[in-house]
Amino acid sequence: MEWVNALLQGTLLGGLYALFAAGLSLIFGVMRLVNIAHGDLIVLGAYLGLSVTTVLGFHPMLALIVVVPAMAIFGYVLQRGILNQTLGKDILPPLLVTFGLSVIIQNALLETYSADPQKMNAGALETASVSLGGLSVGVLPVLTFAIAIAVIATLQWIFYRTALGRAFRATSDNQEIAQLMGLNRRHIFGLAMALALAVTAIAGIMLGIRTSFDPSIGGGRLIFGFEAVIIGGLGNLWGTLVGGVILGVAQTIGAKIDPGWQLLAGHLTFLVILAVKPNGLFPRISE
Amino acid sequence: MTPSDFQVTRSSPFTKAIAVIGLLILIVLIAAPYWAGRADMRLMGELFLYLALASLWNLMAGYAGLVSVGQQAYVGFGGYMLFALTIFGGLPPVVAIVGAGVLGALIAVPVALLIFRLRGAYFAIGTWVIAEVFRLSFAQVSALGGGSGSSLPVGIVRSLASSRAGREHLSYWLALASAVIVIAAVYLFLRSRNGLALTAIRDNELAAGSLGIDIWRTKFIVYLVTAALTSMIGALIFLQKLRISPDAAFSVNDWTAFVIFIVVIGGIGTIEGPIIGTLIFFALREALADLGTIYLMVLGAVAIVIMLKAPNGLWGLIRARFDLELFPLSYRVKPSKSDMKG
Repeated sequence: MEWVNALLQGTLLGGLYALFAAGLSLIFGVMRLVNIAHGDLIVLGAYLGLSVTTVLGFHPMLALIVVVPAMAIFGYVLQRGILNQTLGKDILPPLLVTFGLSVIIQNALLETYSADPQKMNAGALETASVSLGGLSVGVLPVLTFAIAIAVIATLQWIFYRTALGRAFRATSDNQEIAQLMGLNRRHIFGLAMALALAVTAIAGIMLGIRTSFDPSIGGGRLIFGFEAVIIGGLGNLWGTLVGGVILGVAQTIGAKIDPGWQLLAGHLTFLVILAVKPNGLFPRISE
Repeated sequence: MTPSDFQVTRSSPFTKAIAVIGLLILIVLIAAPYWAGRADMRLMGELFLYLALASLWNLMAGYAGLVSVGQQAYVGFGGYMLFALTIFGGLPPVVAIVGAGVLGALIAVPVALLIFRLRGAYFAIGTWVIAEVFRLSFAQVSALGGGSGSSLPVGIVRSLASSRAGREHLSYWLALASAVIVIAAVYLFLRSRNGLALTAIRDNELAAGSLGIDIWRTKFIVYLVTAALTSMIGALIFLQKLRISPDAAFSVNDWTAFVIFIVVIGGIGTIEGPIIGTLIFFALREALADLGTIYLMVLGAVAIVIMLKAPNGLWGLIRARFDLELFPLSYRVKPSKSDMKG
């Protein structure tokens, strides 16, 4: 029963990792950009949530209505102001610019909020649980998992059922021809980054309710998201959810064996999958 | 004019003069214990170690296209191997540094086989995962202090040299030697056949491959050599610090972020770039250290601006303007000497 519980908790934790990964996957799918600052943007989302809850007295879930648009606007401006200039054949500029961005965000957070760990107070939501066939399941992890499914379903819908999604896919397939067909790729990329950072904002808030956070944890969140993307297969959003779940389960089972093994078990599982299936379990994009 | 009226050469009177000046500077630096104070020597020692790390990262990213954000894996690994080999292996520290290099190359083989499956930017994050695996693994080794780390026993420190001044001089010279050896190794490697292959890959991977260059093998060799030398530098770094912990040994900020900024600011893909970058980095650090986190934000912003506006760095700007090369790598066509006489 203990192991079934670990399996269940790990699966639910995977929902959070899928949220970390979804933005990363989206950006890579549309413009082949790997954003090293992604983890720090998640943490930025958490801190914005914290500010909104403390200043306006909102419940963290309600803070989403402020933080999500704020991050989306930030994403659009970031993309059009800086990141569009880095896109091209050479992989160095986007990598190094987002790396610089990561250091700037991290230290700006340190300067503003100090290095002390913070946590958002979500009241009863944090401790509420339902019992399920002898297992006690937290409402918050279930809610996070449900949000992850909803986010991925929405992204999937946008991608394949809307004009915006068609523009994303067209630009992804061939930028020049998309441009000839009247799409402004700079604007499209800006919208893609806005959408990605909106998801990132949700990920940040869910992270901030679940655990305490400080400015230095961005790198670790980036790695979890990245591992989920690679395990699931590049460009496959539902695969990303599976990747997140595999990672979450590996971590909870690792922690069950020895608390020091939690993160290590996740990383090792990732490396094993990389060794056996280098393109991930369900690859869409060959790269 | 016939083709024999021209010669193709790498060196020029200018590069020969630079070589002489470089040699003089080196002699002055070797003699530093006789003219520099203790604090200055410490700072210079640290500068040389960063110069070595930056030159190695530049070889990987600037020439082989292997952009790693996980070189702290080898810095930390080398540091821990120094502790393990001296404490449990009973080796003298200087021998342990070499041993750390050999072990670094060995561990890099399976690592490379795994992460070479990732392309481009995903390779970069993959290297970070490896560094995290190293950090978490060493945190589990209780014999080396686990998560809180351990100190180098006094007996081992004393075995370096009996007096404190002697130890400080030795570690200064080791740091200087590491920078000189790394830069010389990178220079000679780039002038060799392998280096030519590497330069071809840097300029156009597809064309290089179609000319029969084994791209995978060339990158693999660069990765192993860099891992070995980075591990040795790591061993040296923690021989100076005398204390190691997983967080310090595998710090992404200390051993990768700063190194990347140095190379980007100086000029990626040139030997001169890391040298200029290191000098600027230390000058900025000494001037702005009081600002703390703001200093790091400034550094990040400078790196972004340089990457966007002058992707070849400061050395690239200088070279574009004056057509200079301190380390002669490229060939030039000149009128031959007999022609100048006549």
